[in-house]
Amino acid sequence: MRSKTDIQPGEAKNTTPVSVAVPRPPTAAQNQTERRDTPVCLEVKNLNLYYGDKQALHDINMQIPERKVTAFIGPSGCGKSTLLRCFNRMNDLVDGVRIEGHILLDGADIHAPSVDVASLRRHVGMVFQKPNPFPKSIYENVAYGLRLKGPQPRRELDERVERALKSAALWDEVKDRLDDSAMGLSGGQQQRLVIARAVAVEPSVILLDEPASALDPISTLKIEELIYELKADYTILIVTHNMQQAARVSDYTAFMYLGELVEFDNTDQLFTNPRHKQTEDYITGRYG
Amino acid sequence: MVDERTGRSMEKPEHISEQYDQELDSIRSQVLAMGGIVEDQIRDAALALLDSNTLLADGVVEADIQVNTMEVQIDHACTQLIARRQPTARDLRLVVSILKTITDLERIGDEAEKIAKLSYELARLEPPATRFIEIKHLSGHVRSMLHNALNAFARMDAQAALKIIAEDKEVDREYDAVMRQLMTIMMEDPRSIRRVLNTMWSARALERIGDHAKNICEYIVYSVHGTDIRHIGFEQKQRYARALEGQTTEAPDAETSTDHPPEET
Repeated sequence: MRSKTDIQPGEAKNTTPVSVAVPRPPTAAQNQTERRDTPVCLEVKNLNLYYGDKQALHDINMQIPERKVTAFIGPSGCGKSTLLRCFNRMNDLVDGVRIEGHILLDGADIHAPSVDVASLRRHVGMVFQKPNPFPKSIYENVAYGLRLKGPQPRRELDERVERALKSAALWDEVKDRLDDSAMGLSGGQQQRLVIARAVAVEPSVILLDEPASALDPISTLKIEELIYELKADYTILIVTHNMQQAARVSDYTAFMYLGELVEFDNTDQLFTNPRHKQTEDYITGRYG
Repeated sequence: MVDERTGRSMEKPEHISEQYDQELDSIRSQVLAMGGIVEDQIRDAALALLDSNTLLADGVVEADIQVNTMEVQIDHACTQLIARRQPTARDLRLVVSILKTITDLERIGDEAEKIAKLSYELARLEPPATRFIEIKHLSGHVRSMLHNALNAFARMDAQAALKIIAEDKEVDREYDAVMRQLMTIMMEDPRSIRRVLNTMWSARALERIGDHAKNICEYIVYSVHGTDIRHIGFEQKQRYARALEGQTTEAPDAETSTDHPPEET
């Protein structure tokens, strides 16, 4: 169903009709069924974000489909990372940030006072550009998030670590050296370990901020393959400067420019026949 | 208009990579050069037939070798460009359109060659009283169709392309009229059958050239608007053309029709 998520109490009064950017099918006939049947995982409503006096995001409205990969592309400083960081309230940590508008995760406002930010971040995991494993063993890196929930039987922990490492396509490479330091892994392996760490706590959304830009081409392809496999279970949002990567891995692509969401569409459509000239100029390499 | 931020033209912005622009331009001009040769082939093939001029026919057959070589070269250049530049959006559509356009141009060359070869045989037979007037008209018509199609390609003018597509119906009608006329001649004078059959095949080749020119125009529309208007029926194409004239910024969707049988291409 593509219907709007239920409006929260107290919010209905000041809600004005807005044009919500939802993905458009490649052609009028194709994909329409799929689009209708895809539930919305995250909904952004009239989102404005300011760093002090400077407005970084301008009135963003979008519905992000569940268990699909949505890529954010755009030139440096267009606000795509800022938007990504809104989804698990990472921007709360930045001084002087002011956020207006709403982000609904499965219909619930993530900025509601009742929301526990730590719990939100368990639901919305994040992976950064540079692999950042803890200086601990491979096993402990993955078990870390699980231990935060309180003591757990060793066997159960073992199982969950194995499952996470398998879903991050790392198990076969590390199963014989789980107690070795994570720092000894290659960059690509470290990044997959970090993804395993994020996956271990079974979030519903995974945010990837340039996850492969520090990796060699083979490791990059492994991460991309992993993204494809992970979308069966998770909603994935990825920020990337590599347009070909966005085209390869994503189902939907959002193009942002100067803090605005210019176009949000099926990836197939956006890369063959974008609606907006700005998008066209950017993806064809006509932009400074 | 100029983008205040970048100082670049907003109407026809160039790629950041100048080399990329040059590569695309080079492919585009190769296509036009190939089109020019093919256009001459049609003219010469028709003249060879009308004037029993075997020298001109020789030229058409020779030119076909050049056309084939150009097809291979442009194909190669497009493959290289895709591998090196990973074109997207309108660049991608242009490259795809070019790959298809050159196939049609090459086939036009083959049809012209066919006419040239038929002209050898016709030159040995007694010319008809009509002096192949029907072929003269038809060849003039399809040659101008191709000429206009190449112009539309050079300017990436989808509206002009749609007008040329509509013209193909005229060519088909003309071809039908030629067929009827030639059949009457055969019935009146059975001794003319051999000559008339050759004339018919020439007319058939010309009619096919019209179809290929129409295909090229369909690729132009795809390249400009991203809408695939092949196989959607004449009426729907006309509706699409009218809708396009009404608005210039965004093209309407042409949906695949189920109520029209696919056209022969």
